[in-house]
Amino acid sequence: MSGMTVIVKTVSSWVKVLIFLFGIYIILFGHLTPGGGFAGGVILASSYVLLMLAFGRKLVEENLPLPLASRLDCLGAFLFVLLAILGLLVGGVFFVNFLYAKYPGQTGHLVSAGTIPLSNIFIGLKVGASLFLVILALSMFRHDSKSPAAKPLTDGSGQAGE
Amino acid sequence: MIIFYALLVFMIIAAIIAVETKNLLSAVICVGAIGFGGSLMFLFLRAPDIAITQIVVEVLALIILIRAAISRDLTFISGDREFFGMVVSVVVIFVIFVAGIRVFDAAMPEFGVPAFSYLPQAASNVYVEQGLRDTGATNLVSSVYLDYRAYDTLGEATVLFTAILGAMAILRGKSRKLVEEPDA
Repeated sequence: MSGMTVIVKTVSSWVKVLIFLFGIYIILFGHLTPGGGFAGGVILASSYVLLMLAFGRKLVEENLPLPLASRLDCLGAFLFVLLAILGLLVGGVFFVNFLYAKYPGQTGHLVSAGTIPLSNIFIGLKVGASLFLVILALSMFRHDSKSPAAKPLTDGSGQAGE
Repeated sequence: MIIFYALLVFMIIAAIIAVETKNLLSAVICVGAIGFGGSLMFLFLRAPDIAITQIVVEVLALIILIRAAISRDLTFISGDREFFGMVVSVVVIFVIFVAGIRVFDAAMPEFGVPAFSYLPQAASNVYVEQGLRDTGATNLVSSVYLDYRAYDTLGEATVLFTAILGAMAILRGKSRKLVEEPDA
């Protein structure tokens, strides 16, 4: 339960950085190349899932504890809605691309397309944190139901679901 | 064009095996094969955004399913299955599907061509022609789902947020301790 063999641990400790970096790339270049916030966020979450599978749940929970992950999740959602409301305040329409009207940037460059890259970043933050929370919750649930402390509640109908 | 049919047949066979096999791990692997076949089809249909999302979500879902399948004590399904009834239902559905394709063949556009693209004022034509000028994003998909149709993305984010809220509320360990305390 506390991780896999040395080979898996070594390889995943090298690969996790590349996966995380690729997720960041997919998010940041979402308005130029295929990809975007959702796919990049899932890749960010899957790098943590790799760590969780290779090293066990303890290490991941120390790196990204559950309250911090849920705060990141809420922060992403809040910033995305804030961007929409800023569009209402500045541009007059909910979700209007108010930055592109003022600072159009150069087409094809990283800083262009107004609010689209910002929305990609916020959605990537939100999706990554929430999918990480799903995996963590499922893992914790499995762990809890096996421990003797939670035995009285799971021997009834809970046993059938697990 | 032939590769779509090959992939479709592959996915259908994988789906039938996933339903019919008695080993849970084999069923999970077949579900993964369906997902990767779908991702390849999106790639051949020139939709790389959807292909990336599909393959990434498929990998994550497979990890969850395999962990759930391996951790169970009972990985084999016992009992008889009705093979004949399943085959009959698959054949009937397939015949209806093919007949539907034949009936609507005249009204359907060519495979891979967006519907209603023959109309000059169709939304897809407007996006393709004016998307770069309106939003400045070279990836037109992101200009649609984060600018023209950002409400959809807000709804999607809300759905995900609500799903996580429900999952965390149901699966967290603290609620059990609260329930246990009055007994102790």
